[in-house]
Amino acid sequence: MPLSRRAALAGGCAALAAPFVAAAPARAGVSLVLYAAQHQQVVDLVNQAFTTASGIGVRVHLGEAPAIANQLATEGAHSPADIYFTENSPELTLLDERGLLAPVAPSTLAQVPARWSASSGHWLGVLARDSVLAYNPRRIAPAALPASLLDLARPAWRGRVAFAPTDADTLPLIGALAALHGTAAGLAWLKGMRDNARLYDDDEGVMAAVERGAAACGLANAYYWCRLASGKGEARTVSRLHRFAPGDVGNLINVSGAAVLRSSRLQPAAQRYLAFLVSARMQAALAASRVDFEYPLRPGVAANRMLAPWDSLRPPALTVGAIGDDRLAARLLRQAGLV
Amino acid sequence: MPPALAVAAAIGPLLVLLPILATLADALGAGWSSVRALLFRSLVGELLVHTLLLMAACMLAAGVLGLAWGWLVERTELPGRRLWAVLAAAPLAIPPFVAGYAWVSVASVFEGFLGAWLVVTLTYTPLVYLPVAAALRGLDPALEETAMALGLGRWRVFLRVVLPQLRPALLGGMLLVALDTLVEFGAFALLRYRTFTTTIYAEYRTGFNGQAASVLAFVLLLLCLGCLALEFAVRGRARYARVGLGTRRRPERLRLGRWRVPALAVLAIPLAAGLVLPLATVLYWTTQHAAAAVSPAAVGWGRLLAATWSSLSLACLGSGLTVLLALPLGYLAARRPGRLATLLERAAFLAMGAPGIVVALALGGLAVRHARVFYQSTELLLAAYAILFLPLAVVAVRAALEQVQRALEDVARSLGQGGWALAWRVVLPLAGPGLGAAAALVFVSVSTELTATLLLAPIGTRTLATEIWADTATLAFAAAAPYAAVMTMLSLFSTWLLARRLLAAGAA
Repeated sequence: MPLSRRAALAGGCAALAAPFVAAAPARAGVSLVLYAAQHQQVVDLVNQAFTTASGIGVRVHLGEAPAIANQLATEGAHSPADIYFTENSPELTLLDERGLLAPVAPSTLAQVPARWSASSGHWLGVLARDSVLAYNPRRIAPAALPASLLDLARPAWRGRVAFAPTDADTLPLIGALAALHGTAAGLAWLKGMRDNARLYDDDEGVMAAVERGAAACGLANAYYWCRLASGKGEARTVSRLHRFAPGDVGNLINVSGAAVLRSSRLQPAAQRYLAFLVSARMQAALAASRVDFEYPLRPGVAANRMLAPWDSLRPPALTVGAIGDDRLAARLLRQAGLV
Repeated sequence: MPPALAVAAAIGPLLVLLPILATLADALGAGWSSVRALLFRSLVGELLVHTLLLMAACMLAAGVLGLAWGWLVERTELPGRRLWAVLAAAPLAIPPFVAGYAWVSVASVFEGFLGAWLVVTLTYTPLVYLPVAAALRGLDPALEETAMALGLGRWRVFLRVVLPQLRPALLGGMLLVALDTLVEFGAFALLRYRTFTTTIYAEYRTGFNGQAASVLAFVLLLLCLGCLALEFAVRGRARYARVGLGTRRRPERLRLGRWRVPALAVLAIPLAAGLVLPLATVLYWTTQHAAAAVSPAAVGWGRLLAATWSSLSLACLGSGLTVLLALPLGYLAARRPGRLATLLERAAFLAMGAPGIVVALALGGLAVRHARVFYQSTELLLAAYAILFLPLAVVAVRAALEQVQRALEDVARSLGQGGWALAWRVVLPLAGPGLGAAAALVFVSVSTELTATLLLAPIGTRTLATEIWADTATLAFAAAAPYAAVMTMLSLFSTWLLARRLLAAGAA
């Protein structure tokens, strides 16, 4: 027998004994707990720089935005989290409504234009992404693309559009739609999309489907096109981006924001983290990185060159508060039979 | 029977029942009218079609392929059949979500049904091949020879004599494939094919209605338990006994002649797709340092080592706990068979029908509401592993204990050894290698587990599986490659160790 019985026995015993000898991970010094619904690559980039600059460690719990917001709401005052950093603002609005967020230091809020942070001053706008319609020129001519997001729910688009109803980025879009055109119009649009769209689990799926031509066009953030194009090489990327008519709801800008939890016992360190997020150095590093394709909200920091110029964007006239807190959006999704 | 043994044996099965009952309570708790609203909607219908279609296609393909492999390896003069016999089992060592990652990164045409079907079929065909090959080996060729003597041609003999005898093995294997199709999450999420598991995850992500997720989980549980019940029925009922004395002779192997090349292709092509392609793709991506695909923070051995270490230590702890829970149950089943043992063993086997996503959501929900101490703790994640892999451990532990001669235990008792001394000085050394194999099996399974790890990993814990997930979900294929390479190596190495042991044991 090649594996001796005694060796196997020793192995078996070692496996059995492991629960009693394995040490808990060492925790030295102050360390913040960050609940993050941002991309892991971005979070790692920030945390590494923050720890180097401040000597404060950061432990991360990663997840999808609405699930984490829900988790924070359930945990309430007992939450182990000090900071929440997310891709979309409505969950921050939800947590603010529940009274779970601490005021952000005014000096930090002053670093970004006030329209991108909460009017209550309880969360901070950090980065922004723009919603677009990606299309495959082999499947559809640019001239045939719609002027408004609302057009996509018309029968003419049946089977031609890809959509990710459960992606965290879709909820703010529905919230914006309901805020601009009313709840009934929002529901009608979703029902139209249920009939028309090829459904995917997330924006990455939508972008990949458009790229290979499984759908003529698809709704997603420009972020995912940049990711695809930078992986594949811009020259080899088939799909292109279309923007709706100026002011159309489909041109919504999603704000990625951060907040300090009121229950945190490390308020100064947590505030320092927020200030670091919008510091000139970090914002420039994020914009220059090849993993994040978001616009820095701090004025004067140049965005990634793969993105359309910030000044060229024509978003709808909505404040970040008007988009709501995702609850209406989730209800409409359910009513429309999309989840 | 010592009551302590019965109590100890019951812990595992009770743990298995916990998430199943919690899901049931969550789904049905809010009253029938809301259940009906959540159950009878177009989404559930769509998911049923998606899931059942895929399940049927995979069962069929794996059934045909597994049967062909078994027959070719056992009954024909296939060149290199010894090697093929081992290789045909090897795809099981590739975690399906790594295979999914490989296919989706090769070309996006594999997204959707095609990729999902390929990955499941190629990974799980061994589940049909292994029992079919074993059954073929056990058949008495005399029956076939008699049939031929009575005038049946080769095809007729196969259809009317061989195939009916293979039915329990074939159907049992196909039902296992069906079960694995139902519970798979990672591969389908990466290949973007919507099934019950991926939609339950989506419901959890949108996070505002726990009951909707529980109702879907409940439907999925019913499907899984249905498969499991069928599998029990197929294996339990059908038996083909051989009456008669003497050694049966070896069956004559069919000469393949000009069919040799097509026969080789039947084995080589699926194995190349199921084994070589994922390995080659992972290797290819490890050499691609496209700047965008590798995130700056991901570069470096530090994170790779940290993730490997978490995976290894979780797998160590997980397999230790699982085997510990399986020991009294396996002992009870091997030494004191009876109603209680059967009941407890069956309850433990229910875990085979409990998808990782259902177990993880149920445990997480229970902890946050009723047991805050365990919330986001390593212990909770270990409990999920113990639930998911208890059936595996029980089978292996029981087999190990059954190989210990009872007479030796009786002798020890007659010499005055009892209780712990007996267990420690007689049973454990004798059953040691088998128990080690049980621990190793669970170890491999835990180290490649994705779903429960993703949902229940404590704050700051990142494993190989969660790192692959984070990168692949954002299309950063090259960044995921080093983690996928380490995981695949771990899995292949452990499988090789196990296979070597089993082959050696078979030869002895």
